[in-house]
Amino acid sequence: MLTCKETAQLISESLDRSLTLRERLGLRLHLWRCDMCSRYASQLKFLQGACADADPEKLLEGVELSDSARERIRDRLAQER
Amino acid sequence: MLQPTNTTKLDPTTWLDSYGDILFRYAMARVHDQATAEDLVQEALLAGIISVDTFKGGSTERTWLVGILRHKILDYFRKTSREQRSDWSADDGDFDSEGSWAVTLTEWRTPEKLAEQDEFWPILGGCVDTLPESLRTLFTLRELDGLETDVLLETLNISSKNNLWVMLSRARKLVRNCLQTHWFERE
Repeated sequence: MLTCKETAQLISESLDRSLTLRERLGLRLHLWRCDMCSRYASQLKFLQGACADADPEKLLEGVELSDSARERIRDRLAQER
Repeated sequence: MLQPTNTTKLDPTTWLDSYGDILFRYAMARVHDQATAEDLVQEALLAGIISVDTFKGGSTERTWLVGILRHKILDYFRKTSREQRSDWSADDGDFDSEGSWAVTLTEWRTPEKLAEQDEFWPILGGCVDTLPESLRTLFTLRELDGLETDVLLETLNISSKNNLWVMLSRARKLVRNCLQTHWFERE
């Protein structure tokens, strides 16, 4: 029987690779009787979905190039044209 | 006033004003260092000027420039990831000595339309920010950019797939725990 710790690792790995048949069965069996790991599985899926939808504009609200950086880049680009 | 659009002719003189902040935020979300992000934006714009003739018009100017910046960011990680950092630990207090949960995971009431939850995104960004650097970089490239295992191994100089999966698992758990505290248990 998988422990919760092993299950949590497999839940994460299932987001990165195809699990083997044996791993899938072990995982399903554990999730069937463990509410905590079932919650963990749906929470990691939620997190992955949220990150995939995340817009850097919203993650970094108000982050802008400073005036000095903007000037420096402008000068550097002008040399190139 | 709408200008007639001509997708095959680009005007680099407008790039900094039009896309400077967008590119800077894109870089900051990945490298988390202001000076580095500024340099990468400059490099991307310079590369754009040099290769302006190769623009095929298949994408928008903005998408094209973000694509160039993306390459510059991966190059940066390739150069700076030669040394293995050990700024994180696989051990955590979430499990007891028998491998059972030592904490209680409560059900999350997840909003149906997450995109409309304006307050959620800065919190998610803040939680990613709290990760140790090596985990943060890996998590960002995997979850925000969807890079595959092989690319991550090569770009970040991680010793094995197994190590990569352990690191990702650790990063996800830390972000999960942070969201639990700062979003799902707020107020």
